[in-house]
Amino acid sequence: MSRRAAAIAFLLPALLYVLVFFGYPLVYNILMSVRDYSVRSFYTGEAPFVGVANYLAAIGNPVFGKAALNTVWFTVGSIAFQFGIGLALAVFFNGRFLGSATLRALLLLPWLLPLVVSGAVWRWMFDQDHGVLNTALRLVGLPAVPWLTDTGWALPAVILTNIWIGIPFNLVLLHGGLRAIPGSLYEAAALDGANAWQRFRDVTWPLLRPVTWIVLMLGLVYTIKVFDVIMVITGGGPANATQTLTTFSYSLSFHDFAFGQGAAIGNVLILVATGFGFVYLRSAREPLA
Amino acid sequence: MRGRVRTVAGVLIVLVLLFPLYWMLNASLQPSGALLRPTPEFLPLPATLDGYREALATQGGHLLSSLVVAGGTVLVSLLIATPAAYSLARLPWRGGPVFVFALLIVQMIPGIVMANSLYALFGSLGLIDNYLGLVLADSTATVPFAILVLRAFMVAIPRELSEAARVDGAGYWRTFTSVIVPVSRNAVITAGLFSFLFAWADFLFAVTLTTGQGIEPVTVGIYRFVGNQTADWNGVMATAVLASVPAAILLVVAQRYVVAGMTGGAVKE
Repeated sequence: MSRRAAAIAFLLPALLYVLVFFGYPLVYNILMSVRDYSVRSFYTGEAPFVGVANYLAAIGNPVFGKAALNTVWFTVGSIAFQFGIGLALAVFFNGRFLGSATLRALLLLPWLLPLVVSGAVWRWMFDQDHGVLNTALRLVGLPAVPWLTDTGWALPAVILTNIWIGIPFNLVLLHGGLRAIPGSLYEAAALDGANAWQRFRDVTWPLLRPVTWIVLMLGLVYTIKVFDVIMVITGGGPANATQTLTTFSYSLSFHDFAFGQGAAIGNVLILVATGFGFVYLRSAREPLA
Repeated sequence: MRGRVRTVAGVLIVLVLLFPLYWMLNASLQPSGALLRPTPEFLPLPATLDGYREALATQGGHLLSSLVVAGGTVLVSLLIATPAAYSLARLPWRGGPVFVFALLIVQMIPGIVMANSLYALFGSLGLIDNYLGLVLADSTATVPFAILVLRAFMVAIPRELSEAARVDGAGYWRTFTSVIVPVSRNAVITAGLFSFLFAWADFLFAVTLTTGQGIEPVTVGIYRFVGNQTADWNGVMATAVLASVPAAILLVVAQRYVVAGMTGGAVKE
C-alpha cells in the first residue's frame, strides 16, 4: 500500500464523520434559514422557499436588538474581568512558594464542573430571600438585591457567574505564558533597579502579548456562544433582560418552533464566531503539518 | 512578599474562589427547611443525607443515562480520532493540513447551530430521545478536539520508533496498533477524559434532542429540578454534587493531563 493510500485510509472515518456531521448540518442550516420551517415540515417535508424573510423577521423581532446588545455586554464584561483576575492570579501563583502548584490545581475545579451545576449553585446563591449573597449584603448593612427578578440586575448576575467560570481558563493559559519568560530577564531588570510594577510593565506584559492575544480570542469565541449558564440561572428572563443571540436562537427554534428564524440567527452567530476564529488562527499561525 | 505570607494569601484566594462549591456541599447536607431560614447555616450541622436519597431516587436514572452517553462518546471519539491523528501526524500528504484547518474552524461553530440542524436530521432518522443520537451529537464537539490533541502528541513521537517497526516488516496498521497507540497512551487517556467530561456536562444537545418522554441526562434533570418553582434546594444541590463527581475525579487522578489536553486542542504547539 502506498503511503498516500495509507494516509487516506486512516483518515477516512474522520473525513466521513466531518462531512456527515459538520458538512451536512451546515448546509442544512443555511437551507433551513431560507425556508419556512415549522414543526409540520419535519413530518410533511414541505417547507416553502421564503428567501431572506426569516432573517428579516428575526432581526425585526424587538428582542433581537436587546439580545445583540446583551451579547456584547455579556462578552465584554465576562472577558474583561476573567482576563484581569486570571492575569493577576497567574502572576501571583507564578511565584514559588509552599503549596503554589496544589492551590493552582484546586482553582481548576470551577472550570471542570458541568456548567449546569455552576449555574444551579449560583442561582441558589442569588436567591433574593435565602441566598448567601444577600445575607452578606445585609451583614454589612446594605439592602438585599433582587438579583434574578430585576431587569437591571439579572444581566450583571449572569455575567458575574460567567466570570467565575472563566477565571481558571485564563489563569492556566496565562500562567503557562509566564513560565515561558526567561528568569534572566527579570534578574537583569532587577539589577537595573526596576521595581515590581516596572518589571511587569516592561518585561512581563510585552512578552506575554502572544498568549494574551490567544486567550482573548478563544475567550471571545467561547463566550459568544454561552448557553447553559444563562438557561439555568434566568432562562433569558426576566423580560428578556438576559437574552443573548444564542438563547434567542434557541427560543425561536425550540419554543416558537420558528426553525427557519432560529437557523437565521444561528448563521449570524457562525459568521461572528468564525470571524474571530480566523483572526485567532491568523495570529496563532503554525505550520499545520 | 515572603514565602509564608504568599502561602497564606494563596489559601485565602482559593477559599474565596471555591466558596460556591463549599456552599453547594453545605446545602446538600442540610434539611430543606433549614435552607429557608432567614440566616443561613454556615456549617451543615446536624448533617442529613436526605438530599442524596432524594437525588438518587429522582435523578439516579438520569445519572445512568449520562454515564451511557459519556461512555459512548469516548468510544466513538477515540475510534475515529486515533487513526486520523496517526495519519495527520505521521503520513503527510497535501490534504492533511487542509483537514487540520477544517477541524480548527468547525470548533468555532456555535453548538446552538449544530443542535438546530441535528434536531431536523435526527427527527427524520428516529434519533430523538435516543442514546446513539446523543452520542453522535456530543461527538461533534469531541472528535475534532480529540484529533487535534492526539495529533499534537503523535507529531512528537521519535521517528526512529515507527521506522524500526517498518524495518522489521510491520505494515502501517501493525505499526499503528503495536507502536503508535501504546506509546500515545497518555494522550489517548487525555482525549478520552475530556470527551467524557464534555459529554457528561453537555446540556445543549441533551435539552434539544430529548423530549422528556424517553431518556434524560442529568444536566437536563438538574435544569428541570431547578426550574420547578417549589425547588427543593437540598435535593438540587445533592444532585449537583453527584454530577460534579467526574470533574473531581479528573482533577485528582489526571490533573497533570488537564493543562496539556486543553492547550493541545486549542492552542498552537
